Amino acid sequence: MREIFYNQALGEALAEELRRDKNVVLWGIDIGPYGGANGVTKGLFDEFGPERIIDMPIAELGYVGLGVGAAATGLRPVIELQFSDWITLPSEMIINQAAKMRYMFGGVLEMPLVIRAPIGAYLSAGAQHSNSFESLFAFVPGIKVVTPSTPYNAKGLLKSAIRDNNTVLFFEHKKLYGVKGEVPEEEYTISLGEAEIIREGSDLTIVTYSYMCQFCLEAAKILEKQGVQVEIVDLRTVDPIDEKMFLDSVKKTHRLLVVQEAWRECSISSEIAAIAAEKALYYLDAPVLRVTAEDVPMPFSPVLEERVLPSVKKIIEAANTVLERKPA
Amino acid sequence: MDIPNEKLIEMYRGMLRIRHFEDRVKDLFAAGEMPGFVHLYLGEEAIAVGACSALEKDDYITSTHRGHGHILAKGGKMKFMMAELYGKATGYNKGKGGSMHIAWPKLGILGANGIVSGGIPIATGAAFSAKYRKSGQAAVCFFGDGAASEGTFHEAVNIASAFNLPVVYVCENNLYGVGTRQRDVRNIEDIADRGIGYGIPGLVVDGNNVVAVFEVVSEAVARAKNGEGPTLIECKTYRWRTHFEGEPDTYRPPEEVAYWLAREPIAPHRKLLIEQGILKEIEANQIEKDVLAELADAVEFARTSPLPDPETALEGLWA
Repeated sequence: MREIFYNQALGEALAEELRRDKNVVLWGIDIGPYGGANGVTKGLFDEFGPERIIDMPIAELGYVGLGVGAAATGLRPVIELQFSDWITLPSEMIINQAAKMRYMFGGVLEMPLVIRAPIGAYLSAGAQHSNSFESLFAFVPGIKVVTPSTPYNAKGLLKSAIRDNNTVLFFEHKKLYGVKGEVPEEEYTISLGEAEIIREGSDLTIVTYSYMCQFCLEAAKILEKQGVQVEIVDLRTVDPIDEKMFLDSVKKTHRLLVVQEAWRECSISSEIAAIAAEKALYYLDAPVLRVTAEDVPMPFSPVLEERVLPSVKKIIEAANTVLERKPA
Repeated sequence: MDIPNEKLIEMYRGMLRIRHFEDRVKDLFAAGEMPGFVHLYLGEEAIAVGACSALEKDDYITSTHRGHGHILAKGGKMKFMMAELYGKATGYNKGKGGSMHIAWPKLGILGANGIVSGGIPIATGAAFSAKYRKSGQAAVCFFGDGAASEGTFHEAVNIASAFNLPVVYVCENNLYGVGTRQRDVRNIEDIADRGIGYGIPGLVVDGNNVVAVFEVVSEAVARAKNGEGPTLIECKTYRWRTHFEGEPDTYRPPEEVAYWLAREPIAPHRKLLIEQGILKEIEANQIEKDVLAELADAVEFARTSPLPDPETALEGLWA
């Protein structure tokens, strides 16, 4: 099968959906002739023109709000935020407007709005360009939150997000844009809310998502050499969470480790641990552990950033603790 | 502007509908018949009616926390509104919205809004959508003097201007944002002057003169639909009541309230219609009777309607 980059896969999803539905329209900063800060919209301006690929002023509150009004009146806006850190600016429009309007108005309108935004650290980008805010939005009813881990997932999930009649926050990872992976030529979609077991194993379940899938796969390879079989569940969509898939895995392995790049307190990992406690406690042979970022703003200096963020080493250490085994 | 007599009469009816509806809501709320909060539009009737009289049924509006007047003026039925205010299953939004969150897209009503300035980018987005779909629709965005100091206003108006969107920003300057005199927290007299900063016309109009509002909004809507971009219209007015019902009026001089009560918008319009022979006294009285009958039916409908099944609270989040 052909291999393409994550950003190309996203670009293909956008192009296919733009061709499929004339109500799909894109806007954001530098997404036109510039092609997007991460190259996702490269070439789209040439094919679809300035009516559908629109460069906005640096006014996140304004142009995300515009998306709410456009989605309520028949369009399917797909908005790119250049960095997800700035989602704090339009969060009023996302949390108080887009997420609530369908329910609050008794179902008289729908909100087919997609907001794409790059998350993630590991770039020494400092405290205001390294955030992973998915937990903030998973907390809010009425928003779906997607966190693709591979080019294949990125394309299939984005197409589903654009066709969804609800508000979808689509968090792409900066470290994944340049990653290549197999993506079929023929059309496909991946349902929102479906996790995937990306590695089968019998000794320990790791639940993770986005860029951390790579770290977990690497940790699993090392642990395999030590005779430990790790099963990895990639959530793919962190809201709604595919409870059944990860609980089935926990019931099989009896041990659970949750790995996420984001801060720890009140996060996706907290939710996973809570669900496990509520629904699979008696299957567990050891306490659930979490590997997450430390709860501090992201420091700049690489040695400081490394101290704060998850690593393969930290994942292996935590896995050993859950497995109640001495490190090899 | 040559305004058909029927239109002038409908404006009279429209203002009376709001006046009596709000007056009744005031009493019903005070009597404890309605849950939550209500923010009344009494005294500002000419703006909603003048502006919505310039619109077609499929044109869009966004409204505010003080939204009853806009929804009535855009064609909202009293009974479904009243039922919503009572939290009944038969309300426009099944009892999930309430006074601050009434929407009915079939009439172009994209929602009252509990967040000050929340409707401004939404109306702008609806205007974008109309332009993109080449539907010929325009959007009118109602907001207050307080909202004009929100970043939302500035970002959305800049975008509307840059993209020449068919939207009319109708600022209802009733002098107060909750309990603060907005002139004290803004260093210009006329909010309309802010249009200059965004390269769009900024006009001031007497918000208590329904014909004046209609004329200026009509021209702005025509410009919008003709591809000439947005307009900012500041309507000078006053709210008779405090910010919400039950709030003590500790912040407004009584002489100021009296000044504005003397400038109420309906009586002068009625006088004009009768003097010009457009309406006879007896016909004007009949219109008022009809409005009161509609209102009585609405209250009866709201009172006798069923409450929502509590389980419906868990429905309708997702499409």
